[in-house]
Formats: sequence, structure tokens, C-alpha cells
Amino acid sequence: MSETQQKQYLNTPDALGNFGPYGGRFVSETLMAALEDLEALYDRLSNDPEFIAEFDRDLAHYVGRPSPLYYAERWSNKIGGAKIYLKREDLNHTGAHKVNNTIGQALLAKHTGKSRIIAETGAGQHGVATATVAARLGLECEVFMGEEDIQRQALNVYRMRLLGAKVNSVKSGTKTLKDAMNEAMRDWVTNVDDTFYIIGTVAGPHPYPKLVRDFQCVIGREAKRQCQEQTGGLPDALVACVGGGSNAIGLFHPFLEDESVKMFGVEAAGHGIETGEHAAPLCAGKPGVLHGNRTYLMEDENGQIIPTHSVSAGLDYPGVGPEHSWLKDCGRAEYVAINDEEALNAFRQLTLVEGILPALESSHALAYAEKLAKTMDKDQIIIVNLSGRGDKDIHTVAKIDGISID
Amino acid sequence: MSRLKACFEALASQGKTALIPFVTAGDPHPDQTVDIMHTLVASGSDVIELGIPFSDPMADGPVIQLADERALEHNTSLTDALAMVKRFRETDQKTPVVLMGYLNPVEVYGYERFAVDAGEVGVDGILTVDLPPEASVAFVGQLKDQNIDSIFLIAPTTTEARVKKIVAAGSGYLYYVSVKGVTGSGSLDVSAVKEKLETIRNSTDLPIAVGFGIKDPESAKAVGAIADGVVVGSALVNIIASNQHDKAALLKQLGEVTRSLSDAI
Repeated sequence: MSETQQKQYLNTPDALGNFGPYGGRFVSETLMAALEDLEALYDRLSNDPEFIAEFDRDLAHYVGRPSPLYYAERWSNKIGGAKIYLKREDLNHTGAHKVNNTIGQALLAKHTGKSRIIAETGAGQHGVATATVAARLGLECEVFMGEEDIQRQALNVYRMRLLGAKVNSVKSGTKTLKDAMNEAMRDWVTNVDDTFYIIGTVAGPHPYPKLVRDFQCVIGREAKRQCQEQTGGLPDALVACVGGGSNAIGLFHPFLEDESVKMFGVEAAGHGIETGEHAAPLCAGKPGVLHGNRTYLMEDENGQIIPTHSVSAGLDYPGVGPEHSWLKDCGRAEYVAINDEEALNAFRQLTLVEGILPALESSHALAYAEKLAKTMDKDQIIIVNLSGRGDKDIHTVAKIDGISID
Repeated sequence: MSRLKACFEALASQGKTALIPFVTAGDPHPDQTVDIMHTLVASGSDVIELGIPFSDPMADGPVIQLADERALEHNTSLTDALAMVKRFRETDQKTPVVLMGYLNPVEVYGYERFAVDAGEVGVDGILTVDLPPEASVAFVGQLKDQNIDSIFLIAPTTTEARVKKIVAAGSGYLYYVSVKGVTGSGSLDVSAVKEKLETIRNSTDLPIAVGFGIKDPESAKAVGAIADGVVVGSALVNIIASNQHDKAALLKQLGEVTRSLSDAI
């Protein structure tokens, strides 16, 4: 492989929003002008020192950044392998990494002068983070959420309502994240003049995968600096869960040029890849076009999107951000899958051993880190993105345990 | 000359507007689609837009979403839709048929293979909702090689610069989306549509069909006065939905409503 081939994953996307063969802008004509406007606005503001300073200020004083990089010593010793460090995105305001992006996009929305914000949400974390910034800016906010997710994430639904957002129950299709995104797109087509669509992950039509990544890159930049301060060097491996993949790309991207750093994206194997009931398009899907971008998808032989399953609502999505598809094809990141049971075990382990209650999404990354650590030396370092806290999942876990806490 | 071009030219020479019904292939059942197509033609339709069902029809309102779901219950695929056109062509070589849908089924089928197979069965135009002209250069060429027209959408939000790009890529006719919104939604503002059509006509001689929001003979007549074609979708799909268990009633009512639209324009 030549040097240029090796580096194809750097400096992405191109001017058309392509990450190699992935990404792009595949939407109906009604949205094209709005996306062109957003691209022009972002190109201008992302180089504007004032905008950058405002974003950094909000991250520091409203979100509470930098988030700690915590050496999970007791858990690492128990596993008996590499040292595991946790990037504590769960300690952000609203309890997950999602707010990094909604802060950034809300600032963009403010510049467009649009008075209404919409968002899709799966686990509800992005919905909460969007409702939060909308409340802070005094903007009208509507969140689209699958009926099934509304049931399993009742706590976040009520949080959004307290924050003044309207939560629309989506009853079409599989009633989960992908259908919420369809419905948000439909709303946007209808109200494009006064509405800003805050997409919650590194997917969707260009420029969303790029701008969401840029906003989330604060995770990896901090982690790199913190790791150098605490250990004197770079980590050997990064591990993050991948639904749409925004927390993973946020951690990975600032390390892309550090070739000694291995990257592992962890998808949801649900009931097991072999059962077909999972949400692992990178591990078991093939490329296609959905929600405005070309990427790996879970689809049948006729190009229809097939239902996904994961115990964690935030990973229950049949697509993935296009940059991950490209990192996979380039071999820069490796994508693996963790099933429901393994994730639940990791959820319990971290809670018991470190006193940290992780989100079920992040528990997939933890479960893989445990496997990986066992194969590594004691002086090696893994950074796991602890992308969110698990309070929202207590009902789900209690139900699995047969306990009613209503 | 392509069937679409011949159709629009013939209508124009008589001072007529094309009636373009939209139905989804496989709705309510794959066995009924060809009969539905023939009924539409017998009731005064000039061009048929046949929807390719998709699991995630992002630009469509609830009526077409449900049509897709009904079609997918019977696993209606792009291959099946092509087979329906082939059967339709056994007795109708004249009426242009445009396949309309989303990109992913075509992507999975394979662009080149699709163009060849569609040409073979007698498809005249392709409209992929989520494939903008800037991303479709190769595909448009492959379709052209098979004498298939590429139909593109123009929306109320489309800038003048984009109109130029779209009319350069498109052929057959242009599809003007009369309202901001999904299919079957909103009510259209005829004078706003008229204004936009005039600016589009400054850039092209292609016929312009108008769709979204045309529900009845009245709105069809109003739009027919300013457009070269009138597309009616959700209003007809509603008839299919409410008669899905009674084939004879479905065809009878669909024929009557289509005739009333045809008479109006």
C-alpha cells in the first residue's frame, strides 16, 4: 500500500462530503438549498475565532469540560491486563457526549436566525441534549422518538418535556431511531424555512457527518492531552461503542495520524450476529444509501432496510456514520460486536468495581475493552469512551432482572 | 424519439395537459398492479408513475408510506416492479411508464444492470427522489444509453443556480414539487406555482409536471392550466387503500376518479 493510499482516511471529507466512496448528500430536492446554506455557514464559522471561542466557552462553563480521564485501576487489576482509562463523557451536563454536538449546532442555529429546532433521538440522550440547548436559547423544540424507545426510555422523555420540548411519538416502521430520523426529515422538508435540524450523530447528508465530528473531536483532543499528562505517552488502543458513531469518531479522529494507536469501534451484536437480530452494519452489513448518505447498512437483498435489535436504544440503528465505513475499508479502525448479555455484564461490573454506572451503549465498549485488555501487557494503555451515564437504563436493567421499580 | 417526448409533444399539439397518476407497485397486492395500470390508462391517464416500494420513504406522507408497507408485506421488489412493466407492455406499447422511488433498491440492484433491465422491459423514465443531479452523472448516462429519461425534482426552495443544473441533467419532463412538505400534505398555492414555473421555463423547454397537493378535479384543473402535466398520487392511493380487499370495487372507483381528473384538465 502506497503512502497516499494509507493516508486516504485523513483530510476527509472532500468538498462534496465524500469519505472515499461513502458519505455524500442524498436527499430530496427540497432540502438541497438548506444543506448548501448550512455548508456555507459552517465553512465560514468553523474558521471564525469568535465562533470557536464561543463554542469553547460553552463547553467549559455550561457542559463542564474538560471531562476527566480516569484510570480504572481496580477494574484493570481485576481483569489482569492492560491499564484501562475511562474518558468520562458521562460527567458532562445532561450525562452524555451528545451535548458537545448540540451546543455546536445550537450556535449554528442561532446564526441562521431560525426559531425552531428539531431532532431525532433513540435513547433520548440526544433529545435531552437538544431540548437543553433549545431551552437555554429560548428556541422552540420538537423531538422525534420511536414509540418503542419512548417506552424503554420514559425517564428521558419526561426530562425533555420538563425542558419544554414537544416529544413526538413515531409509530411508523420499526418505531425506533431510524423511523424517528425519517420523521424528522419529513418535518424538516415541511418547515425548512424556519427550522434547524440538529442531527445527533455523524450520519446524514453532507455537511452533518463533518460538522458533528468536528464538534465531538473535543473528546479525542482532551483524551490525547490527558493521556500524555498522566502516562507520558499515547494510548495503545481506543475503544468506543458505535451506533451512528459520534462518540467513537470524536475519540478516534484526533488520533488518526498516530499510527501506533489502534482503534476499535464496538457495534451492538444484540442477540448475536448469527441470529440476525443485531445492530452491526459494519460487522455484518453492506454498503447502501439511507438518510442522506452512503454507508454500511443492515439491508436485505432487495435494498430494504431490515429491523435491528439491541438492548440499548442508542445503538439500535441500521446505519452508521460514513467516516466509520471508510475507516473500516481503509483498515485504520477495526469494528467488532458485543451482544446484549456481554454488555449487561460489563454494566454490572463497572458499577460494582468502580462505582460508575455506565450507559448500556457505553457498556458495549467496556465489554470489548475487557476482552482486549486480557490480550495486552500490564504496561499498555486502553482508553474507553464512557460516552454516557446509565441512570436512564435502570428501568431496562431492572426489568431484565424481573424487578419492578415503578 | 422517446415515448415521453412523443407523449408530451402530441398533447401539446392538441393543447392538452398530461394526467400522470402515481401508484405503488405491489399495492395492495402484486397481482393487481398491472390491472390498475391498465385501468388508469383506460380512464384517461397519459403517463404512469409507478412507485418502487421502500422501507424508509423519507419524502412521503402517511398515505404513500402505508402503500409501501402494503407492497412490502408481499415483498414487492424492484425486480417485481420491472416484471409488472413487462406485463403491462404486452398490451400497451404506447403509454410512458416512469419508475419512481428511492435510491437504495437501485443501488443494491446495480445501476448499469438496472438501466439495461429497465430498458428491456419498456420503462421510459426514472425518478429517484434522493439522488440529486450532481450525484447522478454516471447513472444518467447509463439510462440514456437505454433510451430512458432521467426525471428530476424541482422544489419551491430550489435556487436559480440549481434549476440550471437540474434542467441540464434532466430529460423527458421536470417534476415540480408544488409544496414544501411530504407527499399528500399541504394545500398548494397556484399563483406561487405559476410564478415559479415561469422562472423555470426561462431555463428550459422541457415539459413541466406539477405534483404534491393535487387532490381533486378542482385543483387538477387549476394546475393543469399552468403546467404540462399534473401528478396525482395520494388521492388515488387512498382509493386503493380503502378498497384493498375488493378488487372489482377498487378498479371501478379508481377508474371513475381518474376519469373525473382527466375530464377536469
